[in-house]
Amino acid sequence: MSKIHVSTTVNGDAVEFLADPRDTLLDCLRDQLGLTGTKEGCGTGDCGACSVQLDGVLVCSCLVLGAEAEGKTVATVEGLSTGPDLHPLQRKFIEHAALQCGFCTPGILVAANALLAQNPDPTETEVRYWLAGNLCRCTGYDKIIRAVMDAGAEMRGVN
Amino acid sequence: MPKDDLKTAYRLVGTRPNRPDGLDKVTGRARYGADISAPGMLHAAVVRSPHAHARIVRIDASKALALDGVKAVITRADFPTGLTGDDWNLQENTLAGDVALYDGHAVAAVAATSKLLAQDAARLVEVEYEVLPHVIDVDAAMQPDAPIIRAGTADHSVPEGMHPNVVKYIEFGHGDMDAGFAAADLVRAQSYKTEATHQGYIEPHACLGQMGEDGKGEMWVCTQGQWYIRRMCSAVLGTEASQLRVTPSEIGGGFGGKTTIFMEPLALALSRKAGGRPVKLVMSRAEVLRATGPTASASMDVKMGMKADGTITAASVNFRMQGGAFIGSSPVGEALSCALACYTVPAVFHQGYEVLANRPKAAAYRAPGSPMAAFAVESLLDEMCVELGLDALVVRLKNAAREGAKASYGPTYNRIGLVESLEAAMAHANLKVPLGPNQGRGSAAGFWFNHGGETSVSLAIGEDGTVTVSVGTPDVGGSRASLGMMTAETLGIAYESVRVNIVETGALGVNEPTHGSRATFASGLAAVEAAKQAIAQMCARAAAEWGIDAEAVEWLDGAAVPAGPNAGKFPPMSIAEIGAKMGSTGGPISGHHEVTAGGVGASFGAHVVDVEVDPETGRTTVLRYLVVQDAGRAIHPAYVEGQYQGGAVQGIGWALNEEYVYGADGRLQNTVFLDYRIPVASDLPMIDTVIVEVPNPGHPYGVRGVGETGITPPLPALANAIAAATGARLRSLPMSPPKVLAAIKAKAHG
Amino acid sequence: MVEINLWSGLRRFAGDQVVISVKGDTVREILDALVTAHPALTPVIKAGVSVSVNGQIVTNMSAAIDPLDEVYLIQRIKGG
Repeated sequence: MSKIHVSTTVNGDAVEFLADPRDTLLDCLRDQLGLTGTKEGCGTGDCGACSVQLDGVLVCSCLVLGAEAEGKTVATVEGLSTGPDLHPLQRKFIEHAALQCGFCTPGILVAANALLAQNPDPTETEVRYWLAGNLCRCTGYDKIIRAVMDAGAEMRGVN
Repeated sequence: MPKDDLKTAYRLVGTRPNRPDGLDKVTGRARYGADISAPGMLHAAVVRSPHAHARIVRIDASKALALDGVKAVITRADFPTGLTGDDWNLQENTLAGDVALYDGHAVAAVAATSKLLAQDAARLVEVEYEVLPHVIDVDAAMQPDAPIIRAGTADHSVPEGMHPNVVKYIEFGHGDMDAGFAAADLVRAQSYKTEATHQGYIEPHACLGQMGEDGKGEMWVCTQGQWYIRRMCSAVLGTEASQLRVTPSEIGGGFGGKTTIFMEPLALALSRKAGGRPVKLVMSRAEVLRATGPTASASMDVKMGMKADGTITAASVNFRMQGGAFIGSSPVGEALSCALACYTVPAVFHQGYEVLANRPKAAAYRAPGSPMAAFAVESLLDEMCVELGLDALVVRLKNAAREGAKASYGPTYNRIGLVESLEAAMAHANLKVPLGPNQGRGSAAGFWFNHGGETSVSLAIGEDGTVTVSVGTPDVGGSRASLGMMTAETLGIAYESVRVNIVETGALGVNEPTHGSRATFASGLAAVEAAKQAIAQMCARAAAEWGIDAEAVEWLDGAAVPAGPNAGKFPPMSIAEIGAKMGSTGGPISGHHEVTAGGVGASFGAHVVDVEVDPETGRTTVLRYLVVQDAGRAIHPAYVEGQYQGGAVQGIGWALNEEYVYGADGRLQNTVFLDYRIPVASDLPMIDTVIVEVPNPGHPYGVRGVGETGITPPLPALANAIAAATGARLRSLPMSPPKVLAAIKAKAHG
Repeated sequence: MVEINLWSGLRRFAGDQVVISVKGDTVREILDALVTAHPALTPVIKAGVSVSVNGQIVTNMSAAIDPLDEVYLIQRIKGG
């Protein structure tokens, strides 16, 4: 089966790769582009560990074909902070001990970033429902929710 | 000086610095099991049995091997024969021999030049099965007509005349049972069932293995214990342990499920057969659920006698547990030992049976056995308190195990903190919140032994006075922070001046995995001893330079100083100064400690939960949740809270939703997270925590170990809360909406 | 003499005794003395038991045992 040539933009960089028609975007990010920060926890869109933004829309990259990225922009955890400073979400996750094993963390950061972009001041309930598609088995979510809300407050300039 | 008096003297212990691996984990740089590739790497896929029990008549891989790019196919014929005991169990579970023993049991494996090609090739491997009768339920597996899973498996403990699926029998106890029950005002007996649940770590098992024809190999793998991987893979493959170098990746959750092997020898065997090319093997979620260690399912009877004032006079338990098709995999012994450990009861009797069933080989899961036991015992205790009009927390306190009391499992308790935990729970503000209609409050206590185990730690002083600590216990929840803090505290230096590395099997003596809540306890204890050795050397170097006796030098705030005015007048010599010149003062300075750690302190806890049950749907909403647990000493309180919260939420999932669902064909029906539903953020409130600190005298900083106890009380606490909210008592898990609704309706009609 | 407390599942291999007094100064010596006196216990001890001395699990077979120590044989425990 011949492969498909894909041109796309990932975290602001123009990239090209060859995708098997069955390869998911997740496979292409990890195996073709070496961006292993995006994780596979289920492959069925249930756990959110593979969350990325595709043209600004939060998606499970395990449910998107690599070929679908043609001409689009992809944002992964590796692009959250490119300068010397961490993104407030990243910093608050460390400060609040909002990660234990850290495997779900990239997906949750990407998802939370998408939330704060459209709702800068979410309630606890709104954060919980927005992140309901991101499974974490270690933390019980408590510190994750606190970190997201604290990052939102900082980004709003409240503290 | 009692350790508690030292508390205010700690500079770092008890603070909340950032974890050293935090940056890697929030940027996506941390490398987990599936994140490593190697030159020339092949990808593997596994052929699995679609039957719960089937004779393997024939395996034909010719079509798979004919595919361009397929480099190797292995079956059991590629493995050595003659293994016995646990080694045979591990080999048999890695790849089926004559009979596939459960749905998902590996039968063959393929290596090819791409992941998709390996999956295509696996589908082309033809396996002819002769389907055999199967049994899934633990009680059914003990019936006279149950299919025999493997005759002759039972060990010496099983009494004559039992079904061959009963492979272990345990009994123990003390006191006069008849007199105990006769002294009670109320005697009640009930039966309980729990389904198998999975550890549910988000990272599927993954490894990259390489092995040559000479039996020398390397492996990168997500595991709780790299030496266990080494020993088990070597046993299964018939190679020498020290010729296999195992490097642990970052681990995406384990909870006990990554303390053993499942598919790792397949990667090595495929590599050996494919001319030594590295082979990457990553499980899918369905493979994780079908073929890696869930916990056991249990069927349990409990009988308890209680006086009108709440004094427990006698208790007996009879547990049946299946841990899959392999002996020694169920935690029935642990379950029995934990069942009544929270209480001092004059007469106790425990009986347990381990039973084979056509299910995957169970692995350890957070406080193995204790949650099921607690569900049965703490539910009955609550039920009897309701009947006698007593407050269950008061009754627990009245009967609570204390220092000097004989444990239900035999020995006498040392210093323990159950009483303190119960008192802290009873004083918490959550208990004063008034409840509305359809709401109920439930409580429960819980216990885990904790564990020491084989431990080897090494510490080295750097040329600039910074410190490297090498430990063998993978970091599942922040142990690099707690180990770094204890090391820095002991050395009197900055937390940031210590780097803790989790090292490969060639770098240290044998370490047990991060299991039994032992990493901060045992690696911490060894790191402190290693630091003390380095301190002694550094004092000696300073003494030599000053021309005084080594005994006349002491260590203070990260520097050698004269021990008193008589020792002479010298300015402090810092660790940085000593490190800078150690090459010319006698050579490198390091410390190491090897021990099978004793001094373990048990951890007790008490949980209180408020729920609201929807009478229309039977759905339970957790309104508020309180975890109180004795940590001994919380080195990094934020990660102690995290263990409490995470354990509680796993327990909530077990109580309310999670279960292995089998069809009549013996196949697992819920093999994805959509159907095997673990708690999500919107299911839960914040999880309140209280850290009780009753220091463990067996650890230099009083650590007990905090990981496991927290999963124990939620099962009964939720059952008790649902009973309080609805009047309906559920004695079978999970308490999913249809079951709760049926119980409410039965109550209304009953 | 050191008193070894058996869990009751072991008692049928030891003539139904609950406590067995043996001679020995170390964990190894008392376990050896136990199986010498009651050979039927050999497979159980070989399969692995935990030895609790004064409430602590002792793994070092050379650890000293005092006649006043509380010694229990208990189920071997594994953790998650």
